[in-house]
Order: sequence, then C-alpha cells, then structure tokens
Amino acid sequence: MLRPSSWRGAMLLRSQYPDASPICGGTDLMVDINFGRARPATLLDLTSVEDIDSWELIDDGRTVRIGAGMSYTRIIDELSGLCPALAQAARTIGSPQIRNRGTVAGNLATASPAGDSHPVLLACWAQVEAESVRGLRLIDIDDFFVGPKRSALEPDELIRAVRVPAATGPQQFAKVGPRNAMVIATVSFALNLDTATPRVGTGIGSAGPTPLRARAAEQMLQDSLDDRWDAPGSVDEDVGRQFGALVAEAASPIDDVRGSAEYRRHALAVLGRRCLSWALQDLGEGEVAA
Amino acid sequence: MTVIETPTRITTPSVVDGVGASATRPDGVPKVDGSFIYSSDEYHDGSLWGVTLRSPHPRARILAIDTSQAEGIDGVRCVLTHRDVPGSKTYGMKVYDEPVLAFDEVRYQGEPVAVVAASHPEIARRACELIVVDYEELVPNTDPEMSLTGRVDGLFGGGLARHVRIRHGDVGAARALADVVVEGRYEMGTQDPAFLGPESGLAVPLGDGGVELYVSCQNLHLDQQQVADCLGLPLDKVRLVLSGVGGAFGGKEDLNVHIHACMLALRTGRPVRMVYSREESFFGHVHRHPAIADIELGATRDGRLLFTKVRLVLDGGAYTSTSQVVIANGCYFAAGAYDVANVEIDGFATYTNNPPCGAMRGFGAVQSCYAIESAMDRLAAALEMHPLELRMRNAIGEGDMLPTGQPVDGPAPVQEILAYLRDLPLPAGVDHGTADMRARPGGVGNVTRGEGIRRGVGYALGMKAIGFSGGMDDTCTARVTVWIRDGEPVAEVYCAGPELGQGVVTLEAQIARTELGVRTVELRDKDTDIAESGASSASRQSWMTAGAVAGACGLVRDEILARGARALGRPAGELTLDGPEIRDPAGHPLVPVAEVLGPEAVSHAFTYRHRPTEPVDDERGQGNAHVAFAYAAHRAVVDVDVELGLVKVVEMATAQDVGKAMNPAGVEGQIEGGTVQGLGLAVMEELQITDGRVRNPSFTDYLIPTMLDVPPMPMKIFEFPHPDSPYGLNGVGEPPNLSSTPAILNALRDATGLELPRAPVRPSDLITEPPDGRAEPE
Amino acid sequence: MRVNVTVNGVAHSVDHVWALESLLDFLRERVGLRGTKNACEQGECGSCSVYVDGVLVCSCLVAAVQVEGRSVVTVEGLDSGGGMHPVQQAFLDAGAVQCGFCTPGMVVAAHCLLADNPDPDDLTVREELSGNLCRCTGYQKILDAVHLAAERTGAAP
Repeated sequence: MLRPSSWRGAMLLRSQYPDASPICGGTDLMVDINFGRARPATLLDLTSVEDIDSWELIDDGRTVRIGAGMSYTRIIDELSGLCPALAQAARTIGSPQIRNRGTVAGNLATASPAGDSHPVLLACWAQVEAESVRGLRLIDIDDFFVGPKRSALEPDELIRAVRVPAATGPQQFAKVGPRNAMVIATVSFALNLDTATPRVGTGIGSAGPTPLRARAAEQMLQDSLDDRWDAPGSVDEDVGRQFGALVAEAASPIDDVRGSAEYRRHALAVLGRRCLSWALQDLGEGEVAA
Repeated sequence: MTVIETPTRITTPSVVDGVGASATRPDGVPKVDGSFIYSSDEYHDGSLWGVTLRSPHPRARILAIDTSQAEGIDGVRCVLTHRDVPGSKTYGMKVYDEPVLAFDEVRYQGEPVAVVAASHPEIARRACELIVVDYEELVPNTDPEMSLTGRVDGLFGGGLARHVRIRHGDVGAARALADVVVEGRYEMGTQDPAFLGPESGLAVPLGDGGVELYVSCQNLHLDQQQVADCLGLPLDKVRLVLSGVGGAFGGKEDLNVHIHACMLALRTGRPVRMVYSREESFFGHVHRHPAIADIELGATRDGRLLFTKVRLVLDGGAYTSTSQVVIANGCYFAAGAYDVANVEIDGFATYTNNPPCGAMRGFGAVQSCYAIESAMDRLAAALEMHPLELRMRNAIGEGDMLPTGQPVDGPAPVQEILAYLRDLPLPAGVDHGTADMRARPGGVGNVTRGEGIRRGVGYALGMKAIGFSGGMDDTCTARVTVWIRDGEPVAEVYCAGPELGQGVVTLEAQIARTELGVRTVELRDKDTDIAESGASSASRQSWMTAGAVAGACGLVRDEILARGARALGRPAGELTLDGPEIRDPAGHPLVPVAEVLGPEAVSHAFTYRHRPTEPVDDERGQGNAHVAFAYAAHRAVVDVDVELGLVKVVEMATAQDVGKAMNPAGVEGQIEGGTVQGLGLAVMEELQITDGRVRNPSFTDYLIPTMLDVPPMPMKIFEFPHPDSPYGLNGVGEPPNLSSTPAILNALRDATGLELPRAPVRPSDLITEPPDGRAEPE
Repeated sequence: MRVNVTVNGVAHSVDHVWALESLLDFLRERVGLRGTKNACEQGECGSCSVYVDGVLVCSCLVAAVQVEGRSVVTVEGLDSGGGMHPVQQAFLDAGAVQCGFCTPGMVVAAHCLLADNPDPDDLTVREELSGNLCRCTGYQKILDAVHLAAERTGAAP
C-alpha cells in the first residue's frame, strides 16, 4: 500500500512501483477488484495527496484547471457556471455516492468510451496534465484516447489536473440511457459554442472504440454560423438536421447489451439536432455562461 | 356488493396493533438500525468460506476434473466435486434432475462444478481458478421452438418438459360466429428476481454427524428434505434455521448454497459461510421464464368475447425446477379474467441449455396476463371500442366458469376494480418547456425539452389463483404458547412460514394480539423443529399462517378459559379472554389470567388446511384446481419521447381486492412493490442471453427501476371478505405484479401507435419518428 | 497491513488487512459491523452506503487502506445517543421496510440528504436516492419516510 501525501511523492512512487494501481475515488478500480477482474500488486492511493482536490482559474481566467482529486459533486456545486456542460455531465454520473468519490481524472485514466466526462472534454478542447518524474506534459484531449480503455498516458505518468477552457457561450450535454437515473450512457453528446474564438466543439460518447469528435459536424456548423454568431435566429432549421446527421455519421458504434449500433446513430442524430437548437436559443438570448 | 371498509371479525376490539391495523414490523427496529442478521451476516467463530466453481460453458462434456493444484494452496481446507456428494447426486423441487455438482455434462452457463473451503474468500476464489476442468464444448440447444419437438438430443425429455392442454367449449364453432377475430404474437424476455440480499448461509457441523444450516429460503422443510437426501442423512440430522432473507420473489425456492455449504462443513468439521457475489447470484438462482404467446380472440361486433385460443411457450432452461407447474399456472389464466365460453389453450414448457427458470412472483400468470391483456387491446382497437369498456363487458364475475371448468367462487369484484380506474381523474399534463427535466423521459440525462413527447394511457386486468393448485394440498402448522411474565400474559408464536420481507411475522403478532388480547407477543425463530408451513410462495403464506396461528390461539384461549371456568366455577362459555383478564359477558373482570395460569404455560399447536383441490385432467385440462382467486388492475399513464424511445411512467393507478387488509400499510407496500417490478419488466429489465450465455449479469447492465423511474401510485384497496379464509383475507403479493407490465405496454402502444410485440420494450422499439425531426405525414 | 480508523466514534487498529479489501468487507468482517450491506459490490445499489469523513460513499468502492486515519460512520452510528435517529424511526413508522436489505444504506443516504436539504421536494428525493435500489417497496413508502423525517425534525414549513 502506497500512500503519498505530496504530489512529488506520488510521482516517485509511481515510477518505483510500476505494478501499483493508482486509486482515488475507486469507482472503476474497486469494481474490477471486487469482481476478480483485477488484482493489482498494490494500490497507490492518491486521496491523501495535498492540493489536488481543488480548482483554479489560469490563463488569465480563461481556463479552469481541475485538480485530479476533485469530485464530481464539487464540479456540480462549484463549476456549473464556468463549465456548464461538464457539470451537467457530472450530474448524470452514477449516484451521489459515486459522484462524491469519482473524478474527471479517474474517468480519463480508465478511458472508457462510455466515460461521461469525455464528450464534454472533447467539445471544450481540454488538455490533460500528465506528469511523471520525467516532467510534466500537456496532452490535447484529441490525442488522449488511443483505443478502448487505452489512453496516451505513459506507465509512469499520473494525471495531475485537467485544463478545461471556461465556457464563453452555450454548452449542452445530453445522455441517453434506458433508466431515468443511475445509468451508463447508451450514447451521449456534448456541444460547445465557443463565442470568443468563435468555434464549434463537439464530443460523442459510447459510440465508438473511443470518445469521438464530430469534425464534419463542427465544420458544417461553423460554416453555417459564419458571420451570424450574433444572430443565430437566422440559422435555418435544416442546419440542425444536417448537423444531427453529421454527428451520427461521425460515430462508429457497435451492438452491445446497452443498445444497437443503429439505435445509437439514430439517437445521436436526435441529440445533435436538439442540443444545437437549445444552444442556438441560448445564444440568441445572450445566455452566455460565466 | 359493497366495499367493506371495516374489519369483519375482531375478537377483542380494544386491542392495539391487532388484525386490521398498520402495525409496525416486529423486525423493524433491527432492520433500520442495522442489527438484523441476514443469511450473509451469519458468523461463527472459526468459520471457513465456501466458494463455488461454475461452468463457463452453456453445454459441455466434462472429461476430467483436476483439483490437485487448488488443494495445494495454503489456507485451502478442501475441494469437493460430484464424487464427494454423499447421497443423491441430484436434487430439485419437483424432480431430482439438477446435479449438486456437475457430473458427465454441464447444461447451462454457471452450473456448479466444484466447491472450495478456505480460510479467506479470496484464497478460495484463487483456488477455484486453479481447478482444471477439461471440457469438451458442445453446441448448446437454445431455441425453445426446437425443444417443442421433444426430439432434441442432450436435453431431458428431448426438450419438452410438459404440454398442458385446456379445452373448453367449441372454439371452431365460436369462430364461425365471430364478427371480429384478432391474432397476435407476444413475447417476453427473461426477468430476474434481483432480490438485494444475495444467496448465502452458514453451515455448522454437529457432533453427531448432523449439520445445522442457517439460510435464506422460501420453504424450510422442502429444502431440508433435499439437503438430507443429497447428504445421505436422515431428516433429523439436518436442521434448517431461517436466517434473514433479503428478498426472494420466487428466486429462493430452489436450493442455492445449501448442500454445498453443508458438504464443506461436514468434510472439514468446521462451520462454513457462503455468500454469492452479485454476478454469481445471477447464475445462482432461477429466473422468470421467457415466453412466446400466440393469441387469437374472437368477439361479436358489440364486444362480447366468443373464444380465446392461446399457445404459450415457456423456456425452462436446463433443469426442471418448477417449470411443469409454472406452465400449468400460465395456462390456467391465459384467457385472462374474462368470461369466455370457448377456450383452447396449449402450453409448453421446454428444456434448453439456457439458464434454468422457475418460480418468480406471478408464476406463469405474469407472462400470460401480459399476453392476453395485449391481445385485448388489439381486439379493442379492431372493434373501435375503448379498451376499458371491452374489459368491463367481458369481466369475469362470481359464478362464471373458468376455462378449466371450475366455477368462480368467492368474491370477483372485477367491475368495481375497473370502475375505480375508469373514474379516477387522469394526471395533469406536463408543460415540458418549463418542467423539471427529472419529470421528463430521459430524466437527468437532459435529452428533451418537450420535443417528441407523446402521452399514452393503458389498462390491464389480471387474475391469479392464490395458494397451491391442482391437488397439491398443503398444510401450515403453528404453535402458540402463553405464560405469565411480570404479572402479564405473554404469547409466543412459532411457525416455520418464511419471512421474506412480505411481513408474515407482523401478521403473526397481530393475530396473537387480536385473538388473545395480549400486549406482548414474541416470535420464535423459524426452523425445521416444528412441522411444515409450506412455501412463502403463491401468495399463500398470510392465508395459511393466519389459519394456523389463529387456530393455535383459539386452542390456547379455550384452555385458559377452561381453567378459568374451573377456578371460578362458571361455565367457560360465559367467559371471555381479554389480555390480562378473564371477563364476564358484560365485560367485568373476573380473575386475572396470571392467577389462573400461575407459573404454568399453556401451549397448543394447530395445523391449518385450506379446502382440497384436484388436478386437472390431461386431455381437456378440466377440474376444480384452485383454492381461491385474486384480482387486480392497473391504469398506466406514460410520456414517451418518440424520437429517442425513452419513457417516463407518469402514474400507475391500481385497484385490487385483498379480502381483508390484515395490515393496510403492508398491503400497500406489497401492491407498490409488485407494481414496480412489473414496471421494470415493461421498460428495462431483461437478462440478455445469447447462445446460452448471460450477457449482463450485473446491476450495471441488468437495470431495475430506481426511485426516479417510479411514479406516484394512487390505489384503491377493496375488502370483499373471502368466505373460506381466515379473517376473509386473500393473497396480495402476486396480483399487482401481473397487470402492471401490460398496462404500461398498452399505454406505450397508445402513445406510439406501435404494435410493440415484445416486453421489455427497448428504446429502439419505441421510435416512431425519423431522427431529423420531420414527422412522417399523418 | 494495519489500518487505523475511527468507526462510529470508536478508534480501531486492525492488523492483517488484505491490500485490496474493500471498506465494506473491512467493516463487516474486521470491525464486525454487519449493518452495512453487500448487495452488488459495484456501486450500483447503495446498500453499503456509509460516511467517510462526513462524505456519503459506497463502502464497496473504497479500499479499506484508503480510510487510514479517517472517520467512518455507519448505520449503527447514526444516532450517537444509542437510540434511533429520527430518520430510522420514520422508516419504521412509514412502513418503508420490507426485506430491509436496502434499508441501512437507504437510511444513511436519506440522513445525508436531509442534512444537506432539510425539506426536499419529491423529485429531489427521487434523484438524490436514485443510487439506492430497493426491490421490495416500490419506493413510495421510502419517499413518505423521508418526508416524515423532514417534518419531524422540524425543518419543513
């Protein structure tokens, strides 16, 4: 059992004990241990590491830096203004008990295609702070997910924080599951209208081997908005349909116990269209977060 | 008939928390403070842990089993296989066909092959992984339609467990007279009981070669018989004690840890605990049979049912469990709670290499109620008649004849039940533009602000027999003892009827208070030292236990009064017992019970029997098979997002006749719980099985309703006293589980206009609109 | 290894804890507090809900070694006076208990909910307790119990 109290200590132990499994909230790892699917040689417990369970504004207030140990509950309570889609995604994760323990960093480390944070992080062009005794590097979220439950993290690295640009315009997150709470996403979608740049960000969950970005949809919407970011009311309804269709096209889902590939594509087209219409409505009403 | 709102018989009306009161549970305090002992909490100094090795294959030949490596691990005390089963190698509730530990062949995924006892569960699990089983995989037979031929190699009976035939009237002649005929196929997936308390127990070896087993189960004595047979021990060397049961719903009628834990305890000479994990639990108990029903209904233009023809196939999986009885019960009520003169029902229970299915709340009638109630809505649509009106026109009543030829006796207030649902105002619509997202389909998923939402309303009516049917007459014995403590009479009730959560222990105490007027009632642990009580199943335990406890109380009361009569020199017939006093007819106290009894206890046992039933004949399925009938109906209101296929059940209104609400809060709780299990089966619960393999054995992917999935449940409880039962009560537990599912399906059909031939409905089944939001032209 | 932890106000120092043992198993098997229940072991049912340093968690998803030096409160410790907490009494009175296997976790979660929100509306109760599965009651009487407890603790208007 390894229990560092400082971040430096955590990195040292991480490099010394490559067989140790990092654990913070435990909401993924403990399930695997309880079900006999994982028997790590030892645990590297990060819950006593100082200064990783909070957030700060960096980058002249343009970016929220979320510490690796910050729970979903605190994201909901403290960041619903700065990161509204992330807060909405956090609210759909498990139960209060899970949200009290689970973290975005843990979600990233597991790198499940169904992780609820991931579509939002994609839509917001987040960056992951990966650190080891060798140094700190920033991994663009687009480079982070490399395969099913596989990430770009090196074996000696730990996620120290996640950098999420603060919302400058409307954001949406929507998640489909057959239960009204406590459900793993059959499919999920995040949309971010960044009015500062301006640009369009998207993210898709549970519809491919990794979380996905709907690039063609982003481009199409960006082209359609063009010089109309201030007058979104003039955006044609067809744009919404086209956007939804392109979101669905970006997915490469499979059939599994949670839903069919066909259903997932269909639902993504609906979520894409609806999220866009809500975002445009918010944009028109000037409901710009933060 | 009128609604009876008052108790029918109260011996001592002054009694507190007697029959008819919403008395709190005698096990309530330990259950809320955490001190209640469930079977998974049983503990004994020096106990070992038992763990089961299960087959990964749905069908395979066992060529060899090598346990040597596992036995070599530090901390492992023994590893047992089929060779170590001392007595019968097989067990079963009806037929001994399920191996205690597999030999020659495994017939379903998860079948137990070996058991290990070790000092720590993790050591036992690792030892299991080191047992080498040489399997020759065989192609599993998983299609029940193939099994119907009765000629499938490798399955019992060639695949056919039972064919039930019911023939009543002349369907051919009726069809010629029908103005409208509708046909349809209705399928249902596999539901899991998903009780929260896992299978578990503690076996303690006794010095005399016997064993004591603390276990959660539904029938102590039937379990005792099977355990003793397989251990090769006489019954008196196998003592079962009911431990705390964390829910059962039929899934704990078959044995689980019982024999394994006892074998390990007897072999090691040490107490052995076994507790299934959730994943193992999904393989460790029977499920509700998946069903395929074909139904043809014929009616006159004005909606009078002329005939009902049903073909029902229930897949029982690898072993028999209770399949032959489940299919019979499914068939008995396959024509629904309707008066129809011409009926043809063919029911088939099959064997396959799918997971074994058996008892689950509703016992075959859930499947057939879902099918017939779906068919009734189809008929209503064809007749262009309101579905409730069609049901009211054909509802069965007292004196009408069932398809089995048995006249309906006892109250059958179906009209009253349906009228309540008809007259209850519908819930208000929701303004989804402003409503809380938690009130919309998709809940916290934030998927709609009103887009695509359609409302639907659906009705369903259900009927089921209460108690064991078909000549399976059973008994229930209770012993009641009264003695004086601190000058006050205290009653002890002793009865083996398992408490699963349904509250039979509450009734035992209530009845003793009512019959004896005592304030203090103590309940003795339930075990096999007393005669049997039968299973807590078939909604029978309240009825049977009430009969036994009330009977024993009566004998005790008579003896106390007889002693009082002797002491007072007055005829016993003039005396009444009211708790601590014996009184005269005017109510004046004559002598304290304490004085009459002194230090002596008065104790009597009573064995209750319900009226006899008879089996139905094989050719036409006719016979007076049932003790009693119970009825319930639901009206479901749903909001469906027809673009995403997500559902919010808005309200589940229900009405049920319970004969006598022995404990009104308990009755409500049974109705609410049964309704929600039916809701789960309608919209989310299915054990997904492909090629004999379970794909979702976890609470992550086998979803049961959360609190946010459950709507308000307005209800009306009718109390038409049953003439044959103690206090006029009727069984309560199963009827609400019948009509809930089809009411929701019918509401979803109403909302979407889709046929929805299968339950549970998946989101992809409910989509009526293309994803681009442009609805098809109407 | 050794774990030092305060459970319901009592300091425990337990040796030979398995490195991968859950807090749930630790509480049940090492400390002997079996009120915390084991129904799914994957954080889906809430039966094992306890407080760790005042935060509601599923004890099946916490490694025992993670609570070193921390304070755990279980269903057995909700009422420091040794009697029943008003939430427990409300569950009993409202008929919110059937088999009772979900009850300890449900009671702890309801206790936490009411501490944060003394007078929650129906939808809030339903959302906040959605991580606590009950298979027997259909939840209606649990909802009633939470409102009853809120009323009795005087927070309701």
